[in-house]
Amino acid sequence: MNPIWVIAKKELGSFFDSLIAYVILVAFLGLSGLFTWDPLELIGRSDIFFRKQADLQAFFGIAYWTLFFFVPALTMRQIAEERKTGTIELLLTKDVSDRQLIIGKFMACFMMVCIALAFTLPYYITVARLGDIDHGATLSGYLGLLLMSAAYISIGLFASSVTSNQIVAFLLAILIGVLFHILFEVMAGNGQGWFSKLLENMSLRYHFDSIQRGVIDTKDLVYFASIIVLGLGLSELIISKRS
Amino acid sequence: MDIKIQNLSKSYGAQKAVDHISFEVRTGEILGFLGPNGAGKTTTMKMITGYLERDGGEILIGGQPANEPHMKKHIGYLPEHNPLYTDMPVIDYLEFCAALQGVPRTETAGRVREMVRVCGLDVEKHKRIRELSKGYRQRVGLAQAMIHDPQVLVLDEPTTGLDPNQIVEIRELIRKLGKEKTVILSTHILPEVEATCDRILIINRGSIVADGTAEVLRKQAQGQQVLRVRISGAETGAIAEGLRELPSIASVDILDPGQQRFELQSLPEQLSNQAVFELCVRRKWVLMEMIPFETRLEDIFRDLTLK
Repeated sequence: MNPIWVIAKKELGSFFDSLIAYVILVAFLGLSGLFTWDPLELIGRSDIFFRKQADLQAFFGIAYWTLFFFVPALTMRQIAEERKTGTIELLLTKDVSDRQLIIGKFMACFMMVCIALAFTLPYYITVARLGDIDHGATLSGYLGLLLMSAAYISIGLFASSVTSNQIVAFLLAILIGVLFHILFEVMAGNGQGWFSKLLENMSLRYHFDSIQRGVIDTKDLVYFASIIVLGLGLSELIISKRS
Repeated sequence: MDIKIQNLSKSYGAQKAVDHISFEVRTGEILGFLGPNGAGKTTTMKMITGYLERDGGEILIGGQPANEPHMKKHIGYLPEHNPLYTDMPVIDYLEFCAALQGVPRTETAGRVREMVRVCGLDVEKHKRIRELSKGYRQRVGLAQAMIHDPQVLVLDEPTTGLDPNQIVEIRELIRKLGKEKTVILSTHILPEVEATCDRILIINRGSIVADGTAEVLRKQAQGQQVLRVRISGAETGAIAEGLRELPSIASVDILDPGQQRFELQSLPEQLSNQAVFELCVRRKWVLMEMIPFETRLEDIFRDLTLK
């Protein structure tokens, strides 16, 4: 078996062994479900019932935020913990390269997000039965969430590789993430000209919205791919320093 | 697979951790790596296992550079402090390590069983690692190092934290393995090196200060034979005088005039046991004790590393 899969399998297993998986699944599904259907009218006019349209835009809007917080919770221990306990030395002296280690960890977190999103498929089925749902837009909405999660996982792994403290890794991931998540967009809105245009293009929301609308543009795919490659590449670079 | 190390060096910033060391380990040899804390033992071992990049020099394992990725399959490594995934059950952990080292799936179960048997983990094999005592954790560490049947074993302080019985068991295990494999082990416990290792390498401040069997090191350190004798049957002074006249004796110290104990140092390359005995027979003195005084490894170690 390829070492990437051996590591991914082990990490995914340890999510479920250590309760992290259950806590995150329950919290993610609980919060996302609550706000998507919003039976208590907590957020007012954006839940599925209020929209009176057979789509999952309400869910995608919520998951955009819940995943933003849950992904760093998945990634924070990945490398920080290995460093702290010294097990990183154990892994890297086996037949595993630095890159395979990082990709294995990435795959484990990504599979965990896939599992969480798979549990929201009943929303899709429900809405599809309620009305005439746009299957293309729904699928591209899920694709947007997956790409966004992949980008934050690679940022989270980078944050986890620079420290051996999990809390620092979590906060650093949130700090870097919030730039892409909202700050670039806000700054772009306040400015003008080429710089504002640049910031807008760096904002994750801009690309996420574009995919979510059902338009899968190469530009957006390149954007997500660059964040992923950059995040994983930097993590690999930091690990290779062995400090 | 033999290991050849030439001019190996490594610095952390301005500090030289390993300073141009060269040595060889032959197949079937157990090399004991000795040295005070911070001497560069662990750094050297980490470079052999490919974890750390070297700054200069060469490491050849079976004639091939050690930093080539495929070499990792031939090396088994027990890191210092024995890091483990404490949440994993012993069997799962060993299977994970086997998979990472590319042990074919069909052989994994057999290898794990073998390791459980060899390392005496049978009673504890279904527990999680965090539930194990330190000695058993150490065994799990050894088991993971050997799971893929490597040709080269690098063990960083393999017996720390074990009780005396376990130490003997692990020692025997290492000796058994050492017959076919190449083993490098580091330790602070000096009797351990003597009991386990074929050769000793003492390293201090990044350089090798001694290299040889325990025997050879003793000879180097001591140079001359030292005997402690206790003789009765005459005045202390007369006995000392008689001993001094022997041709092979360099010096005589009176250790304890009441008990008539003396320390005799022979001239280089000469032994005085027989001459002392014959002197006593001639003068009708009674030779109560004759103890060849061995320089302890501790003294050699102190001598070499406190300079």
